[in-house]
Amino acid sequence: MDDLFVKVTTKMILPFIQIYGIYVIIHGHLSPGGGFSGGAIFAASIVLYTLAYGLHKGQKRMPHSISSKVETGGILFYIGIGFVGILAGYPFLTNKAAGFPMGELGKVMSAGLIPMVTVAIGLKVMSTIVTLFHTMLEED
Amino acid sequence: MNKLFTFLVLGGLLVVLLASISELPPMGEMDNPSYNEIANYYIDNSAEDTGSTNIIAAIITDYRAFDTLGETTVLFTGIAAVVSLIGVTHHKDKKKEEENHG
Repeated sequence: MDDLFVKVTTKMILPFIQIYGIYVIIHGHLSPGGGFSGGAIFAASIVLYTLAYGLHKGQKRMPHSISSKVETGGILFYIGIGFVGILAGYPFLTNKAAGFPMGELGKVMSAGLIPMVTVAIGLKVMSTIVTLFHTMLEED
Repeated sequence: MNKLFTFLVLGGLLVVLLASISELPPMGEMDNPSYNEIANYYIDNSAEDTGSTNIIAAIITDYRAFDTLGETTVLFTGIAAVVSLIGVTHHKDKKKEEENHG
């Protein structure tokens, strides 16, 4: 799609979509939302960029090498958080008893393991959607 | 012989599944097993247990975090399937192949 208006509008609203996606991810334990929806919003910004600027530029912004590493890193981070519970002598993915800092109820930095898990899920969903979209576009 | 075996297995599965439908509790009944004390437990104690004000986030990433790990594995499986079927074009020899094929 080679349209000036689409390109300029995309450039203008791209940071706002990404900020909103990050907001939804890091407030996953306080407000509606979380890793899945926030990651999908963030991925939508990169999908929009690829639609407006073409596959070549889109892949330059989010190459396969980076997105595959982010994806694998997200799930390994999740599993690593789970093993903290085992090391502390509790079941897999224990939150409060395993010694995660709980913080104050209602603050962003609180709830121990939940924000970390939400960030891991968000990274995973984001890279999955982007990789699927780019892979399917490549096929044409 | 093979077809008869398939027919028997699928027919037996059909009978088992249909028989289990008649054992299901009626829809919307107050005494159903799904309306147990767990929902009230989550509403009463999730803030204290997990420190999270969003009860849904508390359930899916704390009480049932292992289930969510399975969900992310589903994403991983999906992307592995798609990339293994159609995504083999982004390796380094791609340009050479395109030149060879014209």
